[in-house]
Amino acid sequence: MISDTSRREFIKLSGMLVVGVAAAGRDVLGQAAGPYQDLDFRQLDSWIVIRQDNTATFYVGKTDLGQGTGTAFRQIMSDELDVAYDATSVVMGTTDLTVDQGGSGGSDALQTDGWPMRRVAAEARRVLLDMAAAKFGVPVAQLAVSDGVVTVAGDPSKRVTYGELVGGKRFNVTLQGNTTDSTTGQARLKTVQEMKMTGRSPRRYDIPPKVDGSLKWAVDAKVPGMLHARNVKPPTAGAQLVSVDEASVSNVPGLVKVVRKGNYLAVVCEREEQAIQAARQLKATWQKPATAPFPASDDLFTYMRAATPTFSAPPAVAGDPDAALKGAARVIEAEYDVPFQGHTAIGPAHALADPSNGQMTIYSNDMKSYGLRNGVARFLNIPREQVRVVWMEGPQAYGRTAADDAGFEAAFLANELGRPVRMQWMRNEETAWDTKGPAYAVKMRGALDAQGTLTALEWDGRAVDHNHVGYNEPDSVLIAQLSGVRRAQPARGNSSTPSHMYVIPHRRTQTHVVSLPLVWETPMRTGNLRDPDGPQVTFASESFIDELAAAAKADPVEFRMKMLTASPADDMGYKRARSIACLKAAVEKYGWTPRPYPKPVGTGEILTGRGVAYTFRSQTIAAQIVDVEVNRRTGRVWVKRIVCAHDCGLVINPDALTRTLEGAMLHSLSRALHEEVRFDTEKVLSADWASHPTLTHLDVPETIDVIHVNGDPNPNRPDLPHYGAGETACKPLLAAVANAIFDATGVRLRRVPFRNARVLAALKSANV
Amino acid sequence: MAKVSLTVNGTAHTVDVEPATPLLYVLRNDLNLLGPRFGCGLGQCGACTVLIKGEAVRSCIRPVSTVAGASITTLEGLAQNGKLHPVQQAWVDEQVPACGYCQNGQILTAKALLDKTPNPTDAQIRQGMASTLCRCMTYYRIQAAIKRAAKAMVNA
Repeated sequence: MISDTSRREFIKLSGMLVVGVAAAGRDVLGQAAGPYQDLDFRQLDSWIVIRQDNTATFYVGKTDLGQGTGTAFRQIMSDELDVAYDATSVVMGTTDLTVDQGGSGGSDALQTDGWPMRRVAAEARRVLLDMAAAKFGVPVAQLAVSDGVVTVAGDPSKRVTYGELVGGKRFNVTLQGNTTDSTTGQARLKTVQEMKMTGRSPRRYDIPPKVDGSLKWAVDAKVPGMLHARNVKPPTAGAQLVSVDEASVSNVPGLVKVVRKGNYLAVVCEREEQAIQAARQLKATWQKPATAPFPASDDLFTYMRAATPTFSAPPAVAGDPDAALKGAARVIEAEYDVPFQGHTAIGPAHALADPSNGQMTIYSNDMKSYGLRNGVARFLNIPREQVRVVWMEGPQAYGRTAADDAGFEAAFLANELGRPVRMQWMRNEETAWDTKGPAYAVKMRGALDAQGTLTALEWDGRAVDHNHVGYNEPDSVLIAQLSGVRRAQPARGNSSTPSHMYVIPHRRTQTHVVSLPLVWETPMRTGNLRDPDGPQVTFASESFIDELAAAAKADPVEFRMKMLTASPADDMGYKRARSIACLKAAVEKYGWTPRPYPKPVGTGEILTGRGVAYTFRSQTIAAQIVDVEVNRRTGRVWVKRIVCAHDCGLVINPDALTRTLEGAMLHSLSRALHEEVRFDTEKVLSADWASHPTLTHLDVPETIDVIHVNGDPNPNRPDLPHYGAGETACKPLLAAVANAIFDATGVRLRRVPFRNARVLAALKSANV
Repeated sequence: MAKVSLTVNGTAHTVDVEPATPLLYVLRNDLNLLGPRFGCGLGQCGACTVLIKGEAVRSCIRPVSTVAGASITTLEGLAQNGKLHPVQQAWVDEQVPACGYCQNGQILTAKALLDKTPNPTDAQIRQGMASTLCRCMTYYRIQAAIKRAAKAMVNA
């Protein structure tokens, strides 16, 4: 058992910023030793603490995945509160310190959670002004406030700081609202024009400690008496653990225990390298399943198209697509394939669980820390008040930690041993066994009339997404599956559809979910990978729009624009108007002039081309144009330039957003050029960076231009919303690259990724 | 177990570990130097990089016994007298990191590159950094930061 003194020592030793700051602000709430009650979102004190030195700390129930959302929350909240930005700090994601806002996901931090955060900050300002008015005996209307200092008009002697009014004390103000998202006080929000820090680019506070080595991450968390654990995964998918030869590791120094539950197997040792050695050395007998768990990856799409779906949505039909196809001047058909792609975080899954003081504290980088808390409590069958998750930064994988296997495993082992246990996966484990983005097989048909207008569009999409995991469910995380405490029915999964604003009179949209033969205990389980279907779906849909443009002998931008301007009908969120604005902005920045498509194939070794694609996600629009160079001799594709026009409404921090979009697009470039999970009929073969290549410094474009567009029909509206950003920019890039390759070579690639060998084979078969 | 002496960031340490233990675990678990991080344990990604005699070395595959007596620099030892190294300063000025997990390796590999090649061409930067991976894909900003740091170091 660890004493409070040693816990404080640990905090001091490790310099844990999160806990340190939090403890300072949270003295009044005193939850350090547990049990841990939920923070009441209807209490202003749960959200904001102001200290006597006139600094403020904001408590946000989201996690920052390295995209500057913490900085953005400081900006909008310091604006609403009227405190100096530099006098603010933010605490995020730790379950006993912050209101449960669900953690991160869906690019919704600003779009959804920005609003309650603004409202509670505005309410704190209102309450503070009331206090000052009472103190000075003047109406609030006579008060002014700047940087947390309240003054009385015409009387410079009357001046009080927020810190003097409420520092070190509670607000004791009750808020309204039925949910955290709807939390509100009485104060009105500021207009866009009244905000000072919003729209500027203060540097991210988390970057200096990431650069000088002082930031302490979840991977760095230590407590006295901590043990190290490693998993032993089944050697083939679906294998049953028959027996374990514990004598095979009896000579490993520091061995504490071999832990087995069903097919879950782990070793626990005193030191980390001992645990690694024991996991490698442990002999176990496994029995392969009677039938193959999945087809080989080379046969995946044949399998998907032949499989009986586990779920088919009723077709969505608009107009009369059959008649339009029958009466068409030309019908174009194409099929597109996107393989499984992994999250493959740069650092494998990890967590430290500490069962001291009769509680269970998990130090974790789980992006949905509140879900981990609830899930672990149910998995271990202990009251959730005994579980807390201390959120710390970690290697990002954009959805991976929403199904936080290591967090559950560390808690399980700590509970078994009664000692703190740190779990970390190895590289082969992470790459082979992390959650996967679902593979897609799509068939599309389009009808062109004699004028080259698209009159009908059919979508038939299949996703391998049966038994999708991703929300820390205690009956679907991997240890639950392996140890036999899984749910009866797997999640249904999802098969997504294109998102664009094109006016097409006749449509049929049909979606299906299919399953691999092995449903449970499989390394091919799907999870939320950055969107989580958009890159696949948009690859198909925006490639196909380009195929139609080429068939209609139209410029691909003009072809799209015609379908966007064809109807004056608007939509909630002005998505069509903003789509047009983004395409125009991208075209202007790029310097796009219309010309026949594709252009004639060049004669040199390097073939060049340009491609465009556009989409939206929720209310956010992205239009992208890329230049590619295709090496005719090697098949290598280099994206030389990317232009992205992006409209997410009110931009909080333009510089941080620009970098987020650059990273999002390069992640999709990696998926376009390199990433594919390879497997045979027994196991995943992609197990490290050699067998699962990723984008490298060699692939980086020469130029990336990001344009922040405000395409709102009333761009100066005082209530311009801040929509989400991040995932939208991931979506169009795969298609933009494929479209540019077509422009350069006349060859249409309908299968991701565009690895050298695949491109070369396609060029050769087309005699390019 | 065996006693191994090493000098890290100018401080001498003696640790008692199995000689084959990768340097990474000694740095992180015995010396509490957490800048180098586990990424692959295979020498493929660079997250565990440290500097030894000016070379960027992958500590996850380097047995501690082979660096006995060596002078090792980790990310924590790069700043001098509280002042960031020009490479680190360029990383801040360019606002490079996203999650930041790999940046230890990016920064130290870039420093080793610039020490050998003070004015690298774009191609030299790409080649020199090619096997240092980033899954947030901050490469574009890393390359800009290296150029920024090169200028600062030449002018210093």
